[in-house]
Amino acid sequence: MTKKNVKAPVKKEQAVENQTALVFSRPKSLRDVEMHFCAGCGHGIAHRLVCECIDEFGIREKTIGVAPVGCAVVAYDYWDFDVTEAAHGRTPAVATGIKRIHPECVVFTYQGDGDLAAIGTAEIIHAANRGENITVIFVNNGVYGMTGGQMAPTTLAGQKTTTSMAGRSLRRDGYPIKILEMLAVLPGVKYLERVSVHSAHEIMRAKRAIKKAFKTQIDGKGFSMVEVLSMCPTYWGMSPLKACERIRSDVTPFYPIGIVKTY
Amino acid sequence: MARKILMCGNEACGEGAVLAGCRLYAGYPITPQNELTAYMSKRMSETGRIFIQAESELAAINMVFGAAAAGARAMTSSSSPGISLKQEGISYIAACELPAVIVNVQRGGPGLGNIAPAQSDYFQSVKGGGHGDYRLIVLAPASVQDMLDYTFHAFDLADKYRNPVLILADGLLGQMMEPLDLKSTVHSPQSIEKPWALTGCAGRKANFIRSLILTDAELEAHNIKLQAKYAVIKENETRAETYNMKNAEIVIVAYGSMARIGKAVVERCRAKGLKVGLIRPVTLWPFPDKIIREAAETAKKFLVVEMSAGQMVEDVMLSVLGNAEVHFYGRMGGMIPSEEEITAKVEAIA
Repeated sequence: MTKKNVKAPVKKEQAVENQTALVFSRPKSLRDVEMHFCAGCGHGIAHRLVCECIDEFGIREKTIGVAPVGCAVVAYDYWDFDVTEAAHGRTPAVATGIKRIHPECVVFTYQGDGDLAAIGTAEIIHAANRGENITVIFVNNGVYGMTGGQMAPTTLAGQKTTTSMAGRSLRRDGYPIKILEMLAVLPGVKYLERVSVHSAHEIMRAKRAIKKAFKTQIDGKGFSMVEVLSMCPTYWGMSPLKACERIRSDVTPFYPIGIVKTY
Repeated sequence: MARKILMCGNEACGEGAVLAGCRLYAGYPITPQNELTAYMSKRMSETGRIFIQAESELAAINMVFGAAAAGARAMTSSSSPGISLKQEGISYIAACELPAVIVNVQRGGPGLGNIAPAQSDYFQSVKGGGHGDYRLIVLAPASVQDMLDYTFHAFDLADKYRNPVLILADGLLGQMMEPLDLKSTVHSPQSIEKPWALTGCAGRKANFIRSLILTDAELEAHNIKLQAKYAVIKENETRAETYNMKNAEIVIVAYGSMARIGKAVVERCRAKGLKVGLIRPVTLWPFPDKIIREAAETAKKFLVVEMSAGQMVEDVMLSVLGNAEVHFYGRMGGMIPSEEEITAKVEAIA
């Protein structure tokens, strides 16, 4: 609170009203339904942040979302604006078709690491390289959640998954991929930031980044993307709290939080 | 007299799409359909519409998915190997009941094959191609004029039934140049309301487009709905051309380029006193089985001619239901059966 606000005179009636003021509510863009995500999963937080940003820009009625194949496939059950599914990894191509037809709409994809960084690598690179004026929310939890915890392109070295039982071997499986750093060299790409949802502080930062990404599109600047480091307690084989701690201790050292590219 | 212009089939196909109000075209280079992509690049820009050279066939078909989901008329084209890549997207478009037009200017296969004309993608076009129980409306042009007219009509069919429509041409039709009447059968494109499209949910409930239906009973219900739609399409849209079928004892069944050569064969055979007629399926799906079945009541010999190892011949056999002999003559690998070869085959079975 700024000094000025503290000193501002407050009328008696207003003060009483403020005591019952609504300070936290479900975003209008987020449906009031139970989510299917596992306990401690970061998707629910990321979904909510996207909806808060859409509400704050007042763009719910001109937003079109593209849901991936993966844990977030049924995003249309949770988001109360126009949404389509896309085939696995083809998400940015579908978003391209939509945005070219409705340039006045805000079009975004919401993709996991399998969808974006493995099967959809060509689509994300070329949508970014065309400078498509779309926003990409890239949720990176280092594992294929929907299919049962297989190794993802983003899985850390040594990380155990159902397809890397002894831990990811760099020699056999290659290196975890840093998509933002790869995309940063493309001129059509205007805004890239990596955030996390493992703590309240990081969640606030994540929201600011998502807002900036949408603003990039609204202002017609070009391609914007936010990578959201997210917890998967189920397939990391740990409690939700330990999963949050793992992001801080193991994940962020390899995938550093912060702005990768801005304008 | 209407002005005629000289165009190749690929360009005529592109012009048909432009006249039909196609708003987005996405394609990827592959021979023998490159004139179509080049033509669209020029014409879509001239008319203030959207042309995208996609990074892959997969991206192209999914850009079409996006544009169709957004309520616009959209098209992609390719040739055989590229159409194989598009099959995933085609299955999704069919599942999501999106209207879209796909053009296959067939070439020799399997694999990379060659760039010569072929008809070996018939099974892929009419029996599925991608995964799941779905149907495409498949139109088979046989002239450069057809390339324009059928493509134009395809957009209306796609919108009417919310279903992908495939134009199944071949390298011969794509490359061949013929005089074209731009006004022959072309009327104003139909305008159909699309309340299901994604346009931003201003003043209405949010729309969503999906093909994931996890509950088995719900997915079965969705499939039953699709099948009911396909039955209506079969009832309303089955088309075939008949040629010299009066008193025909031998019936040549051929589509596309082969039907044109087939007509010349009919003339040769008639000159020799052989009572030969021709049935040319215009829609490959729905297949004109009834017309063939009725022909089999009087004609007892059928000769199916294809530029393949014999694909449509199976549907002809299913149509005649054992009431007539069904013979086959085909060439593969881009070889085009000649009038002489086919005539000799007719004489051999007569």
